[in-house]
Parts: sequence; structure tokens; C-alpha cells
Amino acid sequence: MSLRKSLYAATAMGLISAVGASADTLTIATVNNGDMIRMQSLSSEFTEATGIALEWVILEENILRQRVTQDIATSGGQFDVMTIGMYETPIWAARDWLVSLDGLPDDYDIDDILPAMRAGLSHEGSLYAAPFYGESSMVMYRTDLMEAAGLEMPEAPTWDDIAEAAAAMTDRDNNINGICIRGRAGWGENMAFITTVANSFGARWFDEDWNAQLDSPEWLEAVTFYNDLLQNYGPAGAANNGFNENLTLFQQGRCGMWIDATVAASFVTNPNDSTVADHVGFALAPNKDGMDKRANWLWAWALAIPAGTQQEAAAMEFINWATSKEYLELVAEREGWANVPPGSRTSLYENPDYAEVPFAAMTLQSINAADPNNPTVDPVPYVGIQYVAIPEWAGIGTSAGQEFSAMVAGQLTPEQALQRAQALVTDEMEAAGY
Amino acid sequence: MARSVTTQRKTLNTVIAWGIGLLIFFPILWTILTSFKTEAQAIADPPVWFFFDWTLENYRVVQERSNYSRFLWNSVIIAGGSTLLGMMVAIPAAWSMAFVPSTQTKNILLWMLSTKMLPAVGVLYPIYLIFIQLGLLDSRIGLTLVLMLINLPIMVWMLYTYFKEIPGEILEAARMDGAGLRQEILYVLTPMAIPGIASTMLLNIILAWNEAFWTLNLTAARAAPLTAFIASYSSPEGLFYAKLSAASTMAIAPILIIGWFSQKQLVRGLTFGAVK
Amino acid sequence: MATKASRSAARLMLAPAVILLLGWMLVPLTMTLIFSFQRYLPMRGGFLDWVGFENYVRFVTSSAFWPAVQATLIIVGGVLLITVILGILLAVLLDQPMWGQGIVRILVIAPFFVMPTVSGLVWKNMFMDPNNGLLSHLWRFFGADPIIWLSDASMASIILIVSWQWLPFATLILLTAIQSLDSEQIEAAEMDGASALSRFWHIVLPHLARAITIVILIQTIFLLAIFAEIFVTTQGSFGTRTLTYLIYQRVLESQNVGLGSAGGIYAVILANIFALFLMRIVGKNLDR
Repeated sequence: MSLRKSLYAATAMGLISAVGASADTLTIATVNNGDMIRMQSLSSEFTEATGIALEWVILEENILRQRVTQDIATSGGQFDVMTIGMYETPIWAARDWLVSLDGLPDDYDIDDILPAMRAGLSHEGSLYAAPFYGESSMVMYRTDLMEAAGLEMPEAPTWDDIAEAAAAMTDRDNNINGICIRGRAGWGENMAFITTVANSFGARWFDEDWNAQLDSPEWLEAVTFYNDLLQNYGPAGAANNGFNENLTLFQQGRCGMWIDATVAASFVTNPNDSTVADHVGFALAPNKDGMDKRANWLWAWALAIPAGTQQEAAAMEFINWATSKEYLELVAEREGWANVPPGSRTSLYENPDYAEVPFAAMTLQSINAADPNNPTVDPVPYVGIQYVAIPEWAGIGTSAGQEFSAMVAGQLTPEQALQRAQALVTDEMEAAGY
Repeated sequence: MARSVTTQRKTLNTVIAWGIGLLIFFPILWTILTSFKTEAQAIADPPVWFFFDWTLENYRVVQERSNYSRFLWNSVIIAGGSTLLGMMVAIPAAWSMAFVPSTQTKNILLWMLSTKMLPAVGVLYPIYLIFIQLGLLDSRIGLTLVLMLINLPIMVWMLYTYFKEIPGEILEAARMDGAGLRQEILYVLTPMAIPGIASTMLLNIILAWNEAFWTLNLTAARAAPLTAFIASYSSPEGLFYAKLSAASTMAIAPILIIGWFSQKQLVRGLTFGAVK
Repeated sequence: MATKASRSAARLMLAPAVILLLGWMLVPLTMTLIFSFQRYLPMRGGFLDWVGFENYVRFVTSSAFWPAVQATLIIVGGVLLITVILGILLAVLLDQPMWGQGIVRILVIAPFFVMPTVSGLVWKNMFMDPNNGLLSHLWRFFGADPIIWLSDASMASIILIVSWQWLPFATLILLTAIQSLDSEQIEAAEMDGASALSRFWHIVLPHLARAITIVILIQTIFLLAIFAEIFVTTQGSFGTRTLTYLIYQRVLESQNVGLGSAGGIYAVILANIFALFLMRIVGKNLDR
């Protein structure tokens, strides 16, 4: 028997077993974030209503990304629904790896999706991933500490305001750090934040011919500012702090300010988890004095269907359920409006019940302030605010992120970190054939 | 023991050894203790040791979120299956190398061991593509095979060193009694080799149980073992030390218990030919 | 002593293991080798063109390569050094008469049963976290500033975590070896008036030589491939990017399969140099 024949035989055997195991069962890959875990616990309602059984693969963000990317790039077909972000969606859709969601029923009301989210999750006019929740970034600060310091946070602060407030609130003896921001390496961790700072300082990743621009004076100014903030007013071990670590610190009352995802607002104001729930204020992400761009990012965790799944119809049905208006109401009914997955639908922000949630208005305002098609002061050949929507970005962002993380740990100066980042970005772009 | 020691000396030994033993064991003990605390107690400074309100809440949460028994069952099948399968291949191989050595034996043995040095990441893509072709992704069979293959060199090596210690004269005596090859293996060698076989199996179960690269990359839901279970607790939002501890305890408890109960067997055979 | 029949039977018995391992080694390795000569970018459509040795040159000239080799050697060397030295001391200690020897052995052996992901997570969060970790509480209790383990002492942290996992293994093998030591020999030396130190140096240590080689061999095989401990702690930051991790970043994060495959081939070569070197020593020991 030739190798080809035996491969076919084995494939056939494999198919039989695969089909046998997956009839009417959806395998859903998702992140272990609170909102998704809530979705999992509510999903029995979906199964009851439709008879479609669900297999959950819930993984930590980095592992999830690695798994779904590997699977989609090789057409592994292990998942029927994948949780992906705004970065992956247009790239994968362009490769025909995702099923278009045009087939969602009318009462899904696709036009209700926030325009920024819809734009970021579409490719050539079709939606390819339905936002489960969306976010921008904003400043979360301690109203009590600001008051004690005799300061007032403007609704739209500048970086100078932030530095001033951070200096005033820092109280090392009482274990209070003026500001907590991301330092942990990763394209979705520190580089998301640093890139928004750079944007607001007028820097950009690439010029229009895809030449890396990290050697520009704007980058140096931005990175130096970021580094100084953390060195002077940041928590110990900031180089290892990502979203979760900072969330924990803020909830424990150890941060005066935290600039991060808008979804965090519901966690820091939840009295069950947060010791400072009653003293949190919100402001827009900062800009540099005299410049228009704010350090807002835009992100959505969205549900997509990989092309080639045997369960397209059932997968569509699930997405219709999980990202619907009804789902938002279901969560509101069970857990209160503050815990509804935010940032996906216009109707949510028009709902008077939701308007009473303290962070609703600022979240919407922040999302609307972000423009992924026009992220920087100078023109760029890419879309994406806190990321560059090219396949190489994940690699570039993470390697560069490690240099900046080493800088925060005090092992490199901003100049050195930028120099190294510039070199390795140039290198990777060359390897990818730019 | 022939050497006589004073009670003082013995006491001193005991104190030092217990101190070091507890120090080494401490991270595990602390994890188990933390799994019974609330999240706030888990990070309390000064730390709380034994006197807190013991709660099973974390275990309840973890169980509610993940179907622990399925992960556990997959781990059992994969670790056990790969071990049994591996033994079926390794025992004859080790036997033949130990009792019918040729000039190539040593080279073959060392070559086998060198396959163990293949960096898994380097061959992930090829393996993944092959698995897709064969429809083995997310299947227990596929994972069992892979784990069998990666641990096979260690198994052969361990068994070989064991078999080699069995004196050849016994075999010759058996042969003179007219024993065939089959009987020779079945009635003469096997009983003598049981400690070696037992400890090889135990070591292999431990290695397969703890393997975290292939088990994570080749599974999704159906075949996912405990290494995948723990990957969903590594950094959730907010405080999570207590939940992480509960999940960790659940992931390591079965193998810890098996290991402890069978440590005599494990230790007895765990020489890799280190003892002559 | 072997007859012709038993020799061919022996070959037959050896065959499955050899064939399986040969297949396991050759098939993926050949594919990796083929990929390594390609520009293979799954995110850009998979195979693009043949590029000869470009990937090899690029991988080895990248600024990350030599630091990665260095990090690999430091981690492997550091862990070996710690586990062997502490393993010997611990084995000698456990060989002494004491109460509750069995229980102590159970305590010492335990870390070996903990899966690498769990031990990485537990150490990182519950011990080494500079704000909430137990070690930081301890440091603060003594009025010191907590060490920021994973960034300021990143290498030491990784080595500590990995050593903790492998110390039991070394201890057990060395203990078995010590217990096989002829106690009469020791007594004779004792009667000759040799001090404890010189008894250890001249009798115990030489006796352990073989066991030490085995520990080094087996551990090196596993240590060259460590991944999970780095993945869940530093993710390769702060100089802890080993060769394995670098390949991981190339293949999975950058999704550059060609480049990563070239890296994989380098790693195979490095591993084989190691293997050859080790096996020389072990091979010699096997014959003894």
C-alpha cells in the first residue's frame, strides 16, 4: 500500500471517529475572563432551548491565542466557535479562514453593534466576528486619594495632569503607588499600553514604506515618560504586572490611578471584590499637551466561526445567542446591569437602566474616541491602535515588549530598549519579506 | 545497621532531615492550605497558617466551572495507556539488548536516548499536520501514542539497566533444564525483573501525567487532561490564589497519592544502572 | 553464549522499538528540515518559496540567538550544579540513622510529582510575587525590601523553580547508590582514623561517580527542553529566553515556520553535541 493510500485510509478512519464524537456538540474555545466564565455558566439555558450541547475549552489568554492560531493556520478543525480579538479578525477573514456572519437573523440587529466595534471586526464590509464585549482604555482613579492630595482630575486629562496626580498620591510608607500601568511583556500586555502612549506623543510604528520608526525622537519621549512614571510612582515589580496583577493591586487599594481597559471598571467598583469600590472615578485616556490624539485603545473579544467546521449552523445559533440583546438582559436579570458585558451594542448605552451604571458614559465616550483606521498623528500604512494589524505583529510586539519590560525592571535605559526594539523589528520585518 | 550511633547524633540527624524535608515540601503544603482559604486570607500579610475558617468554596467553584472528572479520566487513560503500550515495546527491546548483546547494542541504546533530545517545539508543526491527516487531533489515542514515543527511550534504558543486573548463569541453568525462550522470559526473567518493571512503569506514569507541551497542544476538549485543566486557572481576573491552589491541588493530588503509596517500588527500581 | 536462533529472536524483539523511534524521529525531523529551507508563513498562505539557507543564516545572526544559547547553558548548568551538590548532601543525610526516615523521604520526593505548569504557577504567584507572595511577606517581616524575583533575579528564579522539581530525582538516585556502599569499607576507614570529611571524599564520592553521571545525563535530557516553567513565569523576558523558547516564539508567536524550523535544526544539533559529549562519559561508565 502506498503512503498516500494508507494516509487516506487512516484519514477516513479518523473522520469516522471525529464525526461520531461531535454530532450536535459545539466545541467553543474561549478566554478565562470573568465575562466568559459567566457565559459558560449561563449557557445551560442555550442548551435547554436548542438541544445543542457545548464543550468548553477555557484557557488562559496566551495559551488560547496560541492554540486557536495554530489550529486555524493548519485547518485543524478542533473548534467550532473561537474567541478571537480585533487583531486577528481582519487578518484571518482576509485569508478566508472565517465564516462570514452575514447569515445572522434580522432580529439579531447587526446595526445595533457599536460602529467602532463593527468596523474593527469586519472585512470588506462583512462582519466576521461578533463582539462579546468591547473596550477602550481610560483612567481609573481613587477619588478619596485625589481629594486628600487636594487635586481634581479633569474629565479629559493630559499626561502632565497624570504625572502630577501620580506624584501627589504616591505614599510609599502606606504602600500606595501613584500609578499602576502595564509592564509585563506581551503584544497584548505592555505593548498595547506603550503603543497608545506613543500614539499620543506623535510616534508611529512604521512609516508608509514599512520602515520601523522606533528610533524617532517621539518614541524616545513617549517611552521615557512611561518609564519615569513607573520608576517614580509605580508599584514594585511593575515589569511583571499585566492587566490582572494591576487589577488585584487596585482592588487592594494600592494604586492611586490605573490606566487600562474600560471593562475593568465593573471589577473595581464591585464591592464584593474591591476594597475601594466606592472611591473610583473615571476619566478619558490622556493626551499630550497640545496634541489631539488620546491614548485610547480599542479592543473587542469576539466570537467567530472557523471555516470548515461541520457545525456552521449550530455555531451561528450559539453566536446569535451569546452576543444578542437578550443575553445582555439575561445577565442583567441574574447579576445586575453593572456586570453586563459592555461595549458591544448601542442599545445597551441607550438603556436608561444601564445609564445609571457609574462607568457607562465614560466607557462609551472612550470607545467613540478611538479610531483604528487613523491611529497616529503621522500617516501609517496599517490599521489598529494598540497593535499593527499584520500577521507579524504578535511576534514583533512580544519581542519588543520584552525589551521594554527589561527597561522597566531597570536593566535597560529607554535609549537601549528602543535601539534593540528597532533592530529586532527591522529584522523580523525583513524575515517576513517586507 | 552495624554502625552504632549515639542517641544525640540520631536526634540531630532527625531534626536536620525533618527541617530540610519540610522546607522542600513546603510549597506543596502551602498550596494545599491555601486552597482551603478565602481569597482575602490567601494573600493576607502576615500569612494565616492553620487557624482560619476552612472552606471548600474554592473546590466548589472549580468543580462548577470545569468538569474535573473528565480531565482526570483523560489523564488516567493517557498516562496509563502510554505506559502499558510503551512497556509492550520496551520490555522485549530491553530484554534482547540485555541478554543478547551485540556490538551495536550500546550505540542503539545511546541513539534511542538521543531521540529524547528532539526539541518538541521544533517539530510541533509537522506533528500537528500529521495528526490532522490521521484525524488524531484531540483524541486520546493520538496523545497516548505521542507520550509513549517520547518516553520510550527512558523506559528502554531503565529496563535495560535492570535486566543487565540479572545474572546470566540463571538463564543458562534454565536453558539446561530445557526452557524455551518463552518460558525463559515468562518464568525466569520476569519475576526477577518485577521491581524494575514496576518502577519503570511508575516513573513513566509520572512523566506522562506531568507532560505539559504535547498534552496542551494536541487536545481541545475531548482528550484534554489535567495539564489543560490547570491552564484555565493560571491568571483569571482579580484575586485567584485560593482558586489556583484548589485547581493545583486537584491536578497533582492523584499522582502525589499514587507516588507516595508506591514510593518504595519507585525508589527500589530508580537506579538507571547507577548502582553496580 | 547466545545461539543463532536467540540472536534473530532478539533482533525481532528489538525491532518494534527501533522502528517506532526511527519513525518518530525521522518523519517530523525530515518535515522540519524541509520547512527550514522554505519561506513558510502560515499567516501569509503557508509555503511561499524556497530560500536555501536564508533561514539558517537569519536565525543564527539574529541578536537573540547567542543570548538564548547562553541562557540555555546557564539554566541547564545551574540546575545540574545545584541538584547534584544538594542531592549528594541530602543523600548522605538521609542515609544517616534517624527517626521517621520514610516520612522524610516522602517529603523530599514530593516535588517530583508536581507538574511543571503547576509548580511554575505556584512559585510565581504564591511565593515570588513582590506584593502578595509569601517570600515578599517574609522579607517585609524582617524589614527588608522584597526581592522582585522574576525580573531582578530572573535566572536565579527559574533555576530555583526547576531545581526544586529535580532535586528529588537526583537525591533518590544518589541515595540508592550510597545505600549500596559497603559499610565495612567505611568502618575500616573509620578505624584507620580517617575523618568524616576524608571518608566522604575518598570513599563515598568515588563510589557515587557513576550515579552522578547518570543523574547528569538524564536531567540534561529533560532540562534542555524545559518550557512550561518559563512559559508561565517570565515568558522569556529578562534574559530567560532559552533556545527552546526562542524557537517557540519564532514558530508560534511570529508564525514563521521556516525560521523556527531552522532554529529547531540548530537545537537538534546542540542537543546532539550535548548527547555525544555525555554519552562518551556514560558509555565509558556503562562498560565499567
